[in-house]
Amino acid sequence: MFLFTEGGHSIPVVDPVSAADAGGVFGLLWLVIGLPLLGATVLLLGGRRTDPWGHLLGTAMAVGSFVLSTLMLIGLMGREEGDRSVTQHLWDWVSVGDFEVGMDLLVDPLSILFLMLITGVGSLIHVYSIGYMEHDPRRRRFFAYLNLFVAAMLMLVLAENYLGVFLGWEGVGLASYLLIGFWQHKPSAAAAAKKAFVINRVGDIGMSLALAMFFVTFGSTSFTVISANASGASEGALTAIGLLLLLGACGKSAQVPLQAWLLDAMEGPTPVSALIHAATMVTAGVYLVTRSNFVFELAPTAQTAVIVVATVTLLWGAVIGCAKDDIKKALAGSTMSQIGYMMLAAGLGVYGYAFAIFHLITHGFFKANMFLGAGSVMHGMNDDVDMRAYGALRKVMPVTFLTFAMGYLAIIGFPLFSGFWSKDKIIETALVESPVAGAAALIGAGVTGFYMTRLMLMTFFGEKRWKDGVHPHESPSVMTVPLMVLAALSVLGGVLYLGHWIVDWLAPVVGEIPEHELPMPAIVYSIITVAVVAVGVGVAWMTVGKRPIPTTPPTDVSFVTRAARADIYGDTINDTLVVRPGAALTRGLVSTDRSVVDGLFTGTATVLAGIGQGLRRAQNGFVRSYALSILGGVILVLAALTVVNL
Amino acid sequence: MSDFPWLSVLVALPLVGAFVVPSLRGTTAKQVGLGFSLATLVLSVLVAAQYELDGGMQLTETYEWIPAFGVHFALGVDGLGLLMVLLTTLLVPIVLLAAWREDETDNPAHVDGNTQGKAHVFVAWALALEALSLAVFLATDVFLFYIVFEATLIPAYFLIGGFGRVGRSAAAVKFLMFQLAGGLVLLIGVIGLYVVSAQAGSPSYLLSDLMALDIDTTAGRWLFATFFIAFAVKAPLFPVHTWLADTTGRATPGTSVLLVCVLDKIGTFGMLRFCLGIFPEASQWATPLVVTLALISIVYGAFVAIGQDDVLRLIGLTSLSHFGFIVLGIFVFSSQGGTGSILYMVNHGLGTAALFLVAGYVIARRGTASIRELGGQEKVTPVIAGLLLIGGLATLGLPGLSPFISEFLVIIAAFDYAWYVGAVAVTGIVLAAIYVLWMYQRTMTGPTPERATADEDLSLREGIAVAPLVVALVFLGFYPAPLLDAADPYVGDLMSHVGVTDDPPEVTAPAADHAGDEHAEEGEH
Repeated sequence: MFLFTEGGHSIPVVDPVSAADAGGVFGLLWLVIGLPLLGATVLLLGGRRTDPWGHLLGTAMAVGSFVLSTLMLIGLMGREEGDRSVTQHLWDWVSVGDFEVGMDLLVDPLSILFLMLITGVGSLIHVYSIGYMEHDPRRRRFFAYLNLFVAAMLMLVLAENYLGVFLGWEGVGLASYLLIGFWQHKPSAAAAAKKAFVINRVGDIGMSLALAMFFVTFGSTSFTVISANASGASEGALTAIGLLLLLGACGKSAQVPLQAWLLDAMEGPTPVSALIHAATMVTAGVYLVTRSNFVFELAPTAQTAVIVVATVTLLWGAVIGCAKDDIKKALAGSTMSQIGYMMLAAGLGVYGYAFAIFHLITHGFFKANMFLGAGSVMHGMNDDVDMRAYGALRKVMPVTFLTFAMGYLAIIGFPLFSGFWSKDKIIETALVESPVAGAAALIGAGVTGFYMTRLMLMTFFGEKRWKDGVHPHESPSVMTVPLMVLAALSVLGGVLYLGHWIVDWLAPVVGEIPEHELPMPAIVYSIITVAVVAVGVGVAWMTVGKRPIPTTPPTDVSFVTRAARADIYGDTINDTLVVRPGAALTRGLVSTDRSVVDGLFTGTATVLAGIGQGLRRAQNGFVRSYALSILGGVILVLAALTVVNL
Repeated sequence: MSDFPWLSVLVALPLVGAFVVPSLRGTTAKQVGLGFSLATLVLSVLVAAQYELDGGMQLTETYEWIPAFGVHFALGVDGLGLLMVLLTTLLVPIVLLAAWREDETDNPAHVDGNTQGKAHVFVAWALALEALSLAVFLATDVFLFYIVFEATLIPAYFLIGGFGRVGRSAAAVKFLMFQLAGGLVLLIGVIGLYVVSAQAGSPSYLLSDLMALDIDTTAGRWLFATFFIAFAVKAPLFPVHTWLADTTGRATPGTSVLLVCVLDKIGTFGMLRFCLGIFPEASQWATPLVVTLALISIVYGAFVAIGQDDVLRLIGLTSLSHFGFIVLGIFVFSSQGGTGSILYMVNHGLGTAALFLVAGYVIARRGTASIRELGGQEKVTPVIAGLLLIGGLATLGLPGLSPFISEFLVIIAAFDYAWYVGAVAVTGIVLAAIYVLWMYQRTMTGPTPERATADEDLSLREGIAVAPLVVALVFLGFYPAPLLDAADPYVGDLMSHVGVTDDPPEVTAPAADHAGDEHAEEGEH
């Protein structure tokens, strides 16, 4: 492990030891991915025979992965600080000419945190789903897809090279596609699934071209090789790579302008929204930027682009969250916004990487908690998602309410809750390093306070606005126990920052945070942030809490509300700029192909030679006329070809 | 062992089958035909077992045929040929098994139904096509190649015209018109080669002799053009592609597999073997035009595919886009591009075959290939829907399935050639997602129509037919080494013959020394 200095601070170089040398549990690194992959394979190939116990197998595989991950974490903690990167070479994947890519895994202080989050939260959501999907005849298949997702997500964060990352990247995209469209007899679910995949494919243009840039620039896609040689590359090349990676990150992490799929993705079963579209997959873009710190640190323009995208998104998502009456869509807007915070931190470079990951983890806890809580509410409300038909649920669903409240306090940054620590550090760092983005982040915190309070009030407080025939009830313990665990984590997640632990832990991968002078003491930033949040909460209390809530959304609303309800016209923009022109182009090309291109060859030949007659007879089956028409056609097509091509 | 004429026997075996089967009827004909195709598969695996990686042309057989013109009956197998042979011998039994019940009149996809009781005809022509295709991939004499290249049209014509949907006769005629036109252009080139070869001394059509010729630049470029046009029609490439969708839209899915996954490969195979092999200077000279046509094919083919209503036409047009990728990889002249193209030829064969055959299963159940009339199939036949999705995901280049590896290699090689070429090609991955997933959404998802609720899911026979394809797609996606080992040395030899070397990375990698050393020699031939 060695560092070199560039522009005043050090950039770490990936310098792993092999798993064989590291010994112990690290030899089983492949099995972390292997277990859920095996689960998915058995459940998909086993078919209906595995129905009775499929959910148990799926859960066991996720838990098994969690146990292995925990052992790895202990193993890494037991190693020297500079020696915590362990790699495992499985086999040569693609080797052509001088270009070689191995199926290589890397566990280091960064990926181990993801391992814990993915397998830990993943296991809880598997357990929860046993109850949530109990009455679904295709539950076994649901668990197969969940296992597939976990395996792919683990591949994404464990790969030692960008091609391996891309394998996981697309694997989670596939799992997301399958799970958004899980109830695919609903046309809206099928359409949402396709939309998510296609928009992510636009991001994949960035990923594919970044891979090509890595190949052309470094002749390799390995973190080890690229990090060691990054300083030798031109800033132009690194900026291009950074921007291309950002495009990929925008797709997967639903950042503007590739955000439009995430709200539709709520068509999927709620545990999917919690696991994939809140806690893990959508944070892959943050992982990508953080992992590529050796590129971004040398490409300041690309870092600025990350900050711009993140700032726009964190406000965009927050505004959407304010106007949604669908509880899942309000939470989805919130997710966009919170990932914006993480991206912002990652865009701040070495000052922010650790806080990006810190917020990513606490968000994983409290957002999974709230999504599962929303699922628990829906479970008791006949799957209704309209908060205008909720109200006063705190009495009938006490466990759901209390656990949800912990998540609520965490996300708004109530002092000492997990989100307080993680978001506070991002706002503080942003205010110092990039004041405009910092101010936006501060405003965003206030807006977060507003929309989350609105959601709480509409769901759990106020009058009953239940529809006829709805009898809300608390969910079974198989669902509430995971909620309690996640609620506890939402409260206590801040311990990761105890004694700056997470900052020091990540330093070998993302670099030491340089000393930077705060113009004001840190406590002042915290006080300002809490004050802004309090204003947001207060506004929500005044506008939502103190007035009766109409069961149909009011129509005489401001332009801003209308825009926010329409996802700030994200779909309209896409339709106008891409979908409709694309459809017109397709129609144009199809008819051109038929009339112009085809006409050029067969049409001309047929008409000029009067072979049309022969052709018609040929269709009637007169075998002898084949020969004539072939011969005539040949001569004329030959003439046409000669004219056109020579 | 080495004296045994392995390759002649490999070509002869299915040909014998093609002559035996017509005298049989019904199930017996199908069983005997399947037996011949499986025996051919086993024989091709035995050939592969003897093949030495990095050994150039092997198991060669050369017999004088027409000495006056320097024509030989000469066969040989190299890395490229081996992969094409194995693809062919694998696909033929799969097609025969998948098409097992095509001759039964209760198949609603065949409105005119006059293929009843003609199984023996279909099987015989399929075996004949296999034999001739194998001869194409093994021929090391240009004249012999030309003969068998043209001869493949006979079984192909009768397969299209005799089996399939209404309008197939016209489709067969159109197919033949295009192919014969291409073939005639090729004939000019073949005659021209004789002239060039005769002027240089004693005439010879042996590939090895022709590759050693020092052809005059102008003559070389004209001759290159004749070969390239013929192969562009075959592949097909924009703008000579319009026979493709008309053919796949009318033929049976099995026939389409034989045409698109095997026969069309002769086009790109010929570009590698003959265009680059005999006319290296002209190939590089033509690169800007060919790359442009390839890019147009990628984007244009994908857009036109998106706009199709007929599933089988759609799948046919996706191949236009894919052949654009293959040709692009060939003409950017690098290890990654060339090897990527050869892998692409194999992987496209596997993925598209799965897509055609599974689409055929759906069409056989629903009696229509119209996307508008299909829908909701997932609910009643989830396994078939899952297989269609796997075929579709392979086609759109999902990592973890083998076509991704080849598409990735072609894209990075194209980017290395010129960044904007890579950037245009990469749009193909978005368009592919649209045509595949939109087709899947409209045919498989949504509410199930009344008439489809009794459809039965995948039968055992149907499953056995496509299972090898799915296994190969997944296995080669994670472990493509068997393909790479065969293709990479071939491409290395070809590149040194053409006289090009790979660009080194912009930043040389001190830390990657250990990784670079073992292959360093190959780039320097």
